[in-house]
Amino acid sequence: MTTLSYAAALESAMSEEMRRDSRVYTMATSPSPALLAEHGPMRVKRMPISEATMTGIAVGSAGCGYRPVVHWGSVTFAFMAFDQVVNQACKIRYMFGGQRDFPIVFRARYGNGTRSAAQHSQTGYALYAHLAGLKVVLPSGAADAKGLLKSAIRDNNPVVCFEAGRGEALEEEVAEDDALVPIGVASVKRPGTDVTIVALGYMVYPALAAADELAAEGTSVEVIDPRTLVPLDVDTIRKSIHKTGRLIVVDESAPICSMASEIMAVVAEDWDTCRKLRAPVRRVCMPAVPVPFSPPLEDFVLPDQARIAGTVRELLGYS
Amino acid sequence: MYRQMVLIRHFEELALKLRQEGLIHGVVHSYSGQEAIAVGVCANLRTTDRIVSNHRGHGHCIAKGADIKRMMAELFGRRDGYCKGKGGSMHIADFDVGMLGANGIVAGGLPIAAGAAVAAQLEGSDAVAVGFFGDGATGEGPFHESLNISALMKLPVIWVCENNQYAGDTPIEQGLAARSVADLAAGYDIPGKAVDGNDVLAVYAATREAVRRAREGAGPSLLECKTWRRHVHAQRDVPPPDRRPPDLMAYWEARDPIPAFEIYLQQCGFLNADQMADVRLSIDRDLDEAVAFADASPYPAPEDALEDVFAP
Repeated sequence: MTTLSYAAALESAMSEEMRRDSRVYTMATSPSPALLAEHGPMRVKRMPISEATMTGIAVGSAGCGYRPVVHWGSVTFAFMAFDQVVNQACKIRYMFGGQRDFPIVFRARYGNGTRSAAQHSQTGYALYAHLAGLKVVLPSGAADAKGLLKSAIRDNNPVVCFEAGRGEALEEEVAEDDALVPIGVASVKRPGTDVTIVALGYMVYPALAAADELAAEGTSVEVIDPRTLVPLDVDTIRKSIHKTGRLIVVDESAPICSMASEIMAVVAEDWDTCRKLRAPVRRVCMPAVPVPFSPPLEDFVLPDQARIAGTVRELLGYS
Repeated sequence: MYRQMVLIRHFEELALKLRQEGLIHGVVHSYSGQEAIAVGVCANLRTTDRIVSNHRGHGHCIAKGADIKRMMAELFGRRDGYCKGKGGSMHIADFDVGMLGANGIVAGGLPIAAGAAVAAQLEGSDAVAVGFFGDGATGEGPFHESLNISALMKLPVIWVCENNQYAGDTPIEQGLAARSVADLAAGYDIPGKAVDGNDVLAVYAATREAVRRAREGAGPSLLECKTWRRHVHAQRDVPPPDRRPPDLMAYWEARDPIPAFEIYLQQCGFLNADQMADVRLSIDRDLDEAVAFADASPYPAPEDALEDVFAP
């Protein structure tokens, strides 16, 4: 084991996979100097700021047998390439009757809490989760970041890896061997019996802090990190509700058509799980506003430990 | 080349007829009138070279060597179609012959063609890629991005603009500020050439030079082929009215690429009228077989709709 930051773990996944498979290459507007030094400009391509065409190049070359990794930078810029994702990357395998596979990884930094104002503060992952034909991973810590990015690069489908901007410096023990994290498997970050909190991406940290706070009051909280949004590990979430009878989803996005809504839908559709609920389900999301700049404004709209703990206490009042 | 041009023409006229009869579903964008471009370009290509097409893609498929039986079955929405009935007219692809797909998004295929050229570069092969697009695509950002990136990376790609003068209903002079599409090449420091897109030999010669450059590693070229589509932009249940001026229609009808090539072939003594009639007859027999093949192929099972989204 070695201690790596979230950002360093992602970088090490890139460099290990490029060593392992010569078909892997990457495009970025600001490529990593270490990767460039190791693999040269043919496999680590410095691109002009043309997200749409970078994305289409990935589709075309993937159809010819390569395994491109596109670094969009922030998800904010990924929207410039939305057509190439929605109309090409997601649909091309299906439209052509499965003639070829399109193994592509799109990397996007996302998130709030950096005082960066509306355009540079957003999650975006629900938009991509909605598109049939795309897998979506959302690692919260360094070990999952490395393991999921490696799995994404080896997957034969387009995968978007959403990387928590606020978490880049967070350090964690990371296995030095080839530790893959399977796509589609959630992680129970903390077992508990009274309330299930499903926390997305960086929201795992305030959720765990809230669980600590509530433990001191004698409340046992289970915290689940789905890690992958598509395909979603529904079983782990339902199983937890069978135990706790209460569900909160923490998602630092606006609530309408969010992943939080989707998680609630897959719970509500299953009567065996639904009938175990002892309280209404709750989304802890942002209000439906663009993220503001000034610290007191931004702190007001984002989910935090206090709002999560308060929601847990509210649900306890129902039994 | 003559046989292919006539095959495309007859395929397209038949497709329109079958569309009106309801055997072909959805929208058909006819390539009729633009045959000299697909044929003149693809005559320079090998199977290992790759092309990306647009919504008006049947001609490119045929010129690159796709099987008309499987094309027709796809238009019919049948199981033996190229895409198992999941694509239809706007999404026929045959990756085995280097046809990386027709594409329903204007300019959407150009970055994909650049990707095929990147693949050729990574392979270290001398394969080239061709991106076909219409004049309307010059209004899209990815057209300019693709030209710029292909020039920066010296990609082995030939950008072929089929300027049929009208983007839907909009004449090119109302859609493009530049005097010609070929002029745009100068801004990206790549060769740009305008040719008569109804003259198959002119298209062939211009493409040969662009392909030679691309194979030698000298980078991309932009070819503007001026042409005319013989039919309305898109054939639907109720075809929209053709608003193009009648005098222009007459001007271009007199410049139909196939009779022009026939005169040339006769004058040079390559083919006489009887031989041309034989070519047409044999093509019509092949098309009859393609229709019979398509008609005999079953529809896919409804639940097949759930297959092919993800690779295993």
